[in-house]
Amino acid sequence: MEPIKQHSGLVYPLNRANVDTDQIIPKQFLKRISRQGFGQFLFYNWRFDEKDQPRKDFSLNSPKYSHASILVGGENFGCGSSREHAPWALQDFGFRVIIAPSFADIFFNNCTKNGILPIVLKETETQQLIKNAEATDYQLTVDLTTNKVYDQNGFEASFDLAEYPRQMLLNGWDEISVTLTHADKITEFEKSHIVY
Amino acid sequence: MSSPKTIIEKIWEKNVVYEESGKPALLYIDLHLVHEVTSPQAFEGLRLKGRKVRQPKRTFATMDHNVPTIHTNVIKDEVSKLQMDTLKKNCQEFGIPIAAMGHKHQGIVHVIGPELGLTQPGKTIVCGDSHTSTHGAFGALAFGIGTSEVEHVLATQTIWQAKPKTLNVKIDGQLGTGVTAKDLILALIAKYGVNFGTGYVIEYTGEAIRTLSMEGRMTICNMSIEAGARAGLVSPDQTTVNYLEGREYAPKGTEFEQAKAEWLSLATDPGARYDHTVTLNADEVEPQVTWGTNPSQCIPISGQIPNPDQAKNPNEQNEIKHALTYMGLEAGVPINSVPIEHVFIGSCTNSRLKDLEQAASIIKGRKVNPNVRAIVVPGSQSVKQQAEQKGLDQLFKQAGFEWREPGCSMCLAMNSDVVPPGERCASTSNRNFEGRQGTDARTHLVSPEMAAAAAIAGHFVDVRTFA
Ligand code: SF4
Repeated sequence: MEPIKQHSGLVYPLNRANVDTDQIIPKQFLKRISRQGFGQFLFYNWRFDEKDQPRKDFSLNSPKYSHASILVGGENFGCGSSREHAPWALQDFGFRVIIAPSFADIFFNNCTKNGILPIVLKETETQQLIKNAEATDYQLTVDLTTNKVYDQNGFEASFDLAEYPRQMLLNGWDEISVTLTHADKITEFEKSHIVY
Repeated sequence: MSSPKTIIEKIWEKNVVYEESGKPALLYIDLHLVHEVTSPQAFEGLRLKGRKVRQPKRTFATMDHNVPTIHTNVIKDEVSKLQMDTLKKNCQEFGIPIAAMGHKHQGIVHVIGPELGLTQPGKTIVCGDSHTSTHGAFGALAFGIGTSEVEHVLATQTIWQAKPKTLNVKIDGQLGTGVTAKDLILALIAKYGVNFGTGYVIEYTGEAIRTLSMEGRMTICNMSIEAGARAGLVSPDQTTVNYLEGREYAPKGTEFEQAKAEWLSLATDPGARYDHTVTLNADEVEPQVTWGTNPSQCIPISGQIPNPDQAKNPNEQNEIKHALTYMGLEAGVPINSVPIEHVFIGSCTNSRLKDLEQAASIIKGRKVNPNVRAIVVPGSQSVKQQAEQKGLDQLFKQAGFEWREPGCSMCLAMNSDVVPPGERCASTSNRNFEGRQGTDARTHLVSPEMAAAAAIAGHFVDVRTFA
């Protein structure tokens, strides 16, 4: 996957809690057998009406967000279904960073396996970012080498990310290759491990 | 003597292959379940890198999400068909056993694992599906994974995991008449919210859990993910052992005796400590109905639709308003006066034989309300066959329910079983998210008994007084 060290981009604010993966990518688009091309279906039921026309009242349809690459959302972001099509769709649309006060576990994991950086900030901080982004075209920089998020007007926040996913993201490693360096240990383990 | 341990710690220790401090551990996976929707990209990944499946025999595949539940011999949806054919080809290529369409073991992945005896206490089980938590009912550590992890497990039979925190959900008391496992789990999520389990593995304990059947325990563990927990489990006991004895893939004879002793020894030791504990009193739980667009937006059948003005904070107020608009409901309306147009009895939460029997017991010669379309979708071919032997299909059909072939069906409406826009469905599934059962469809989660009663009444009704 593509490594991510530092990233600057336009913020798209999505001020809703419990955004589930059914919303991020509805089930009618899960029938494809490739990883590509899901961006066009991102938030489909929010972006498009019954006649597949863009809904004017959904902000992501505004042309300026077509270049957004940092999404700031509400708590429990990515809850529900384990579908990895959700990060695939976000990534294909152009998002590299998702910031929220909390994430659902599986979604969080799925992001880190696809080179998307999920960042947990305090709710006061995410609300600040959402306010800024709702007011104007708002650029933010994320630095995974220093675990910091900042803008040009003095906003700065630090975040934590466990060392393992952090290294995976910084280096863009293929996890299976890493694991296969331990293949002998797995073989050894299997010799005495009982499975009925 | 070593200090008392939870079942979660015992399974963890048994299955860690390799560990370095400060890093996730490499955890061995004993059973990998596969279905058509979340696997094609994983197999493709293996092919691109020339990798093999490490343990095809510890892998088992079926088709459930996409399958039609009527006219199953011709699959009209070409895209769905391609996905199913792809799974079949992948399983052939990599040597993985599969219960495809038409196979006597085909069914919803979380229904067939247990009924075939593949699901066993102490196993680590993964599947590219968040309701893998269902298998925890047997005292297995079972959780959903994404497609990249599916590929990883196929290639290595392991997964990198941080040691989970443990959460004891203690449910004491007794279930009242007409109150089910489904009502317990809904009441629990209503009480503590949709993310109280995030970062934890839940163990369900207490008198009410001990007295539940395996089917009831599966219903509870199934919805752990709706509380944010990737896994939820119940320590094995005699109920667990009795369920597994004689199942196709369960050990037999002396091996079974040996396995049984081992399984029972996995139960949490008295005095073991959890990172956190929450409680619920089963005596106080009434039949539940969700009114909103996440499973915590749920009230007892005696309740009224909540008022956004009485929300605890602006965020919650926002959420309630949004949900009421989507659901087409008004604050203050008693839930038992809300009319419905659809009933869905099925899904990995509530489509086992016991669920269908309990739903059927409500019918008592009555008919489905003329304004309601009601379908029953058994969880597996085996459930369907057993139900038909007991004449349940006839009971349902005579009452005006449609009797279908097994699959996920209207739980996520990937096939043609869809709730039309703006229409309302009483559903025994697990997610009432926007659009889950169809674009702009309105889902209310209930138990099988409550769904059957609503089908007959044409609106939600308290099963306890629905004589
Ligand atoms: S029945 Fe519903 S929740 Fe269960 S596996 Fe199928 S789609 Fe998922």
